[in-house]
Amino acid sequence: MHNLGIDVLFKGTNMIRLLKGLWVSVEISLIAVLISIVLGLVMGILMTSKSKVIRFILRVYLEVVRIMPQMVLLFIVYFGTTRVFGLNISAEASAIIVFVFWGTAEMGDLVRGSIKSIPKIQYDSAYALGMDKIQVYTAIILPQTIRRLIPLSINLVTRMIKTTSLVMMIGIVEVLKVAQQIIEANRKASPNAAFGVFAVVFLLYFVVCRTISGFAVKLEKRWT
Amino acid sequence: MDINVLITYIPLYNEALLLTFKIGMLGILTAFAIGLSGAAAVYFKVPVVKKILEIYIELFRNTPLLVQLFFIYFALPKLGIRIDAETCGVLGLGLIGGAYMIETLRSGFESIDKVQSESALSLGMTRRQMFGSIILPQAFSVSMPGIMANVIFLLKETSVFSTISLMDLMFTAKDLIGMYAKTIECLFLLVVYYLIMLLPISVLGSFIERRVRYAQFGD
Repeated sequence: MHNLGIDVLFKGTNMIRLLKGLWVSVEISLIAVLISIVLGLVMGILMTSKSKVIRFILRVYLEVVRIMPQMVLLFIVYFGTTRVFGLNISAEASAIIVFVFWGTAEMGDLVRGSIKSIPKIQYDSAYALGMDKIQVYTAIILPQTIRRLIPLSINLVTRMIKTTSLVMMIGIVEVLKVAQQIIEANRKASPNAAFGVFAVVFLLYFVVCRTISGFAVKLEKRWT
Repeated sequence: MDINVLITYIPLYNEALLLTFKIGMLGILTAFAIGLSGAAAVYFKVPVVKKILEIYIELFRNTPLLVQLFFIYFALPKLGIRIDAETCGVLGLGLIGGAYMIETLRSGFESIDKVQSESALSLGMTRRQMFGSIILPQAFSVSMPGIMANVIFLLKETSVFSTISLMDLMFTAKDLIGMYAKTIECLFLLVVYYLIMLLPISVLGSFIERRVRYAQFGD
């Protein structure tokens, strides 16, 4: 146990600090995902619109998000905006902006897929009953879409939590950064700390993401 | 934006692009090899291997590549396993990609009707022939969209290699920003170079996808 360096975590408040770091990641992704769900719903509905121009613009947006690594987006928002606009965005805020930018696109595509998967007869019947467009969407289409969406958006949450490991690159102190700090601080006392601490971080991420994705699988099974 | 700055930086970015692309491709090949053999093992229900693969898939799909790389690069040397940065990048990418590829190919295999394998066996084919010439080609075309999505995902993930001090695109950009503070030029080149690397693959991906779908309808 000692030479694997796991004991370092039980010294002082190290374990609590690590968990707090993990919470920072989870918090950023939760905030981002909540905003993305709202914006993504709007975007998804717009993506099914008849206007070619709107569809084309959203398509380009989606492709840009799909192609650019999140790390590049983080750098652009965190370093680029300061330079170009003189805005001083905090690291946390820029992380949330990037995740919302990314999440909205992914969410929009999921919403579009779910709306498309609803049979045409549902629209026809609703219109035949004399509902107007807004009623059809709010009372018929969206409730069914949301049911299909929830498992998919939970998966998006786990992807976001995994991606939040990148935010240490713009100086947010999250779980990996805390891990590095702990290892550095104990370099003399326990030179093998890197093994124990990184193994624990690995497991922490696994436990969080596995729990959430397991939940999504369960919902998916029950609802389909 | 200063054109002269861009011109002086371009050779550095070219070098970085080559390295990123090389490691990306090696990693994807490793991932594909792991994916294919893993999915085959799951398909044939090889007893112990199947259980191990399940654990492997769960572990690597539910953790970020960055954490995996840190573990391979910083933690394993403590056990006496020392791996240089490039191999570590290829290994990390191969392992995470392998987990995703197994899942993609496995669902491709599952989508093939049972009638296909039964007819092949009743025609007197061996199980290996059945797998190689009946199941694999069909499953492959079904899982092509997923495979292309994985390839793009993996190439994007290469951006985290900078953290284990590989001189990839991200590292070069960060380094240059740190040294000369020409932030706009560096970020602009970074975006352009990622586009150079990923746009053709993305276009190729949708092209292949269309071809494959065309083949599936049988006309």
